[in-house]
Amino acid sequence: MEYTYYPGCSLEASAKGYDESVRFVFDTLGHKLVELEDWNCCGATSYMSTKETISLVISARNLALAEKSGRDIVAPCSACYLVLYKTNKILKENSIMHAKVNQALKRDNLKYNLSLEVRHPLEVLINDVGIDTISAQADLRLDGVKMAQYYGCQIVRPDRGLDDKDNPQMMDALFEALGADNIYFPMKVRCCGGMLMTTYPDVGLELNKKILECAVENKAEMIVTTCPLCQINLEAYQNRINKKYKTDFHMPVYFFTQILGAVLGGSHAELGLKRNLFPVELKTQSVEARK
Amino acid sequence: MKKGEIENLVPGQLGDKERKLRSFFLQQVSNIPGGESIKKCIQCGCCTGSCPVSYMMDITPREVIALFRAGDIESILSSRTIWICASCYACTVRCPQGVQVTDILYALKRLAMDQKIFPKRFPVYALSQSFVNLTNRFGRSYEPGLIILYALKTNPFKLLGMLPLFIKLLMKGRIGIFPERIKKTEAFSRILKEAEIMEMIVPVEES
Repeated sequence: MEYTYYPGCSLEASAKGYDESVRFVFDTLGHKLVELEDWNCCGATSYMSTKETISLVISARNLALAEKSGRDIVAPCSACYLVLYKTNKILKENSIMHAKVNQALKRDNLKYNLSLEVRHPLEVLINDVGIDTISAQADLRLDGVKMAQYYGCQIVRPDRGLDDKDNPQMMDALFEALGADNIYFPMKVRCCGGMLMTTYPDVGLELNKKILECAVENKAEMIVTTCPLCQINLEAYQNRINKKYKTDFHMPVYFFTQILGAVLGGSHAELGLKRNLFPVELKTQSVEARK
Repeated sequence: MKKGEIENLVPGQLGDKERKLRSFFLQQVSNIPGGESIKKCIQCGCCTGSCPVSYMMDITPREVIALFRAGDIESILSSRTIWICASCYACTVRCPQGVQVTDILYALKRLAMDQKIFPKRFPVYALSQSFVNLTNRFGRSYEPGLIILYALKTNPFKLLGMLPLFIKLLMKGRIGIFPERIKKTEAFSRILKEAEIMEMIVPVEES
């Protein structure tokens, strides 16, 4: 299958490893990601909370550009996924807003005809590719690797009917099939605070401390996530959390595609693993060794 | 609402400012799919209970809806509640009545920014404005630019504290030295200009 790929601004910079590993995973599994030509920022939560119509217009510009090819649009960043999905939903349900948005897009001869689906790579990998196909192609196994699956907020909420909102299972099922030992992790959809880490650091640090604490208590060796903002909040602020709360966290936090890519035979460079702040020591086992 | 204003009111009547805020707010709510469900709130408090940051709020999400009903939007706008919300949508999915709590808080944020009801050098406003400016200019967001603009608008000394992390991420190739920009920036600003006009158009109901 072919998909239109919308990387989003984070994947160009702070989450470069996510971009590299998503491309690697899709490539290895034989599915094509075609990057959307001249995409722009989705607007994220900041634009949405400033001007509603304008934020819908800039987000819809991407949908209008993507519609030309007719392929579904795939966005790995949780915030981009949420914003594009939400824009699509609002425009489908609100004809006045749809007309206003198209009126603005007309200035560049663009028009969005509401024909697209906005999708997340995790869901595409599970529903279109299939867990069985993925584990059949895996070179390595994750036997005994204790993982905390952290979904964050915006991939499961608000309700999209893809997975359970309080206890999602997509990532758990995927890595369980590859042999991982998923730990008990009740904080899997608890908020990391997002931009609060910048605007109200006290709140942000507290929220991240609780998530890390839960992972450590349940003996996780790593946290895997789907969201660039969660990844950087959980990974990069551990020093500050340790200083503030007298804790001793040194928990590696990876994008789910980095670990999936490693199982599919990707090198550290191909998966952007060198960009992570913690050294990677994946205790993978080759499939042959296990037999 | 000021003291003198209250005394002059007939029971059930709203002050001028409140009426203005209310009409802006209701118009924003009407754009939210499922927005009308705000009427169905039963004040159960599931939203507050589900909220990971309600402990930091002076008015809880449940109280926000109660205050709106009581005709006191101004109090909501001058609270820190709407700015603490991190858009995790826990309240929205747990609400037994389908109230779109997160989107309602967005509508209130827009109202507060529109009316400029918040403290000076306010962090969330500064961040949003920096984000909007960068996106309008480049068509893309630019993380270092965002942090610098934000710090200049709030407290420039913050930048010093961020330096160690900045260097760490830079060494790992996770920070772009120059901002990325879209190719059709000129067409993009044409779209934005038209979108600004569209923003101001409010559908009028036939009476």
